[in-house]
Amino acid sequence: METVSELRKKFVAGEYTPTEAIEKSFSVIKEKDSDINAFLEVYEDALEQAKAATDRYIKEGDAAPALLGVPFAIKNNILIKGKKATGASKILENYTAVYDATIIKRLKAAGAIFVGATNMDEFAMGGSTENSAFGPTKNPLDTERVPGGSSGGSAAAVAMGAVPAAIGTDTGGSIRQPASFCGLVGFKPTYGAVSRYGLMAMGSSLDQAGPLTNSVADAELIHGVMAGKDEMDATTLESDSYPEVAVKEKMTFGVPRQFLSDGVDEDVLKVFNQHVAELEAAGHKIVDVDLPIFEKGLAAYYIVMPAEVSSNLARYDGIRYGFSAEGDNLLDVYEKSRAEGFGAEVKRRILLGTHVLSSGYYDAYYGKAELVRKKMRAELNEVFKTVDIILTPTAPTPAFKLGEKSDPLAMYRQDIFTVPVNLTGVPALTFPMGSVEREEKTLPIGVQYIAPHGGDSRLFAAGKAIYDAR
Amino acid sequence: MKREDIEHLARLSRLRLTEDELSHFESELSSIMSYVGEVSSIAESEEDSAPQVGVVYNVFRKDEVTNKPNEFTADIIAEMPHTQGRMLSVKKILNTEN
Repeated sequence: METVSELRKKFVAGEYTPTEAIEKSFSVIKEKDSDINAFLEVYEDALEQAKAATDRYIKEGDAAPALLGVPFAIKNNILIKGKKATGASKILENYTAVYDATIIKRLKAAGAIFVGATNMDEFAMGGSTENSAFGPTKNPLDTERVPGGSSGGSAAAVAMGAVPAAIGTDTGGSIRQPASFCGLVGFKPTYGAVSRYGLMAMGSSLDQAGPLTNSVADAELIHGVMAGKDEMDATTLESDSYPEVAVKEKMTFGVPRQFLSDGVDEDVLKVFNQHVAELEAAGHKIVDVDLPIFEKGLAAYYIVMPAEVSSNLARYDGIRYGFSAEGDNLLDVYEKSRAEGFGAEVKRRILLGTHVLSSGYYDAYYGKAELVRKKMRAELNEVFKTVDIILTPTAPTPAFKLGEKSDPLAMYRQDIFTVPVNLTGVPALTFPMGSVEREEKTLPIGVQYIAPHGGDSRLFAAGKAIYDAR
Repeated sequence: MKREDIEHLARLSRLRLTEDELSHFESELSSIMSYVGEVSSIAESEEDSAPQVGVVYNVFRKDEVTNKPNEFTADIIAEMPHTQGRMLSVKKILNTEN
């Protein structure tokens, strides 16, 4: 698969132009997307920008901005001024963004060209992209299967070859799990590394944005463009917010064996063990680690996240923007707009969140979940004293079939290895570690590397040495 | 969770649910709540209740307007579902009986 770095080299050398690259994106979309449904909208004005970028390369060569002319696909919960931002929800079906998200501004300044908006689970709630109000996305590697979610459209856009890179958001695994299902690199930065200004808020103490790419080097490059302090997001970090995390050539990897002993697909575990063996053969040290509180992460997540969802989604009231139903009085307008505008999963999480935050339940659920988070952070700090990177499969299974997980809890279990990362705010990288066979189809399996807070560069260094150099 | 609980939550959440949705959510929310109840087994130690320094801190910026006058007004008004001139129009909330 094509990488951003290869594309850049060709652009600079004049062997290939941004115009040709965008034309190729459009032709792949035209050929494949009626079946895949990765894109909610294709931006025809990309071609104009590509022509301008082509001219710039002639004049500026290698001095041109790092991402000049590179086609990108953007998850549709990220605001691009003048473009529809739907969050794949009926309630925002006709909403046009009034301003650029900070990450969009930074990508534009680096010369990136947006070819379209990608499909997702409604408001980023789901693990399969089946919760989109505009129909599910299919996995380009096997169209009977889901691409994962919630950034399923972004993952499918890269996997089908329409773009070399896409942007997603990750609240509990929404970049990493689709990357795993589609055979890509996916990165969830340290909480606070990337501004969320202009992103539709889901779980504000958990949300981060990141890239889905074909190489770790590309993920690093794109993250570098998007990351950094932003006055418009008070949670963004200073460069010295966390102590420096050293990058090493030979590392100690911690494997939480107990955590992997239950609920992981047998073939996935085999591929994982093979990966661990390869690391050991390459001279890295492998140790067992114990993360008993980490294992409670999923339960805590499905308290904290819906609580934040119920508050964040209160803004969709049918009054100021978005879908508005006719009603007899104000309350009627609220209740009908929200009832008709939101899909089932969003309603489920709003109800759950309202419940865990209500008087009499708050201490038993929300308070306990926050305690779990605190204990998880302490547990991690302890483990990272002796271990450089914690290793897990990204998801417990390969891509599953459309319609296979109708029980919400079964779907939630997909996130078992990814949510502890968001709850604690540490960074994590996923890349393909192998594949399994299912019904004569080869399905990729991702591995998740977790580093301490601020250890984003350690993950990139490890990923480049282990995945890119394979 | 009982049917009345779901109805109460729906009212708090400003969601008008159908009979069908109410019965679905009744069973689904019950099973989800019994799963997330796992967190109650975690006991708080003295160490946990001690205040942590450095994890959460306030971030301030100057309280000043950073956009130009009317920079976004027309675009924002264009997104409003119901308007009267340059004003957002909503249902009457006082004396609704008359």
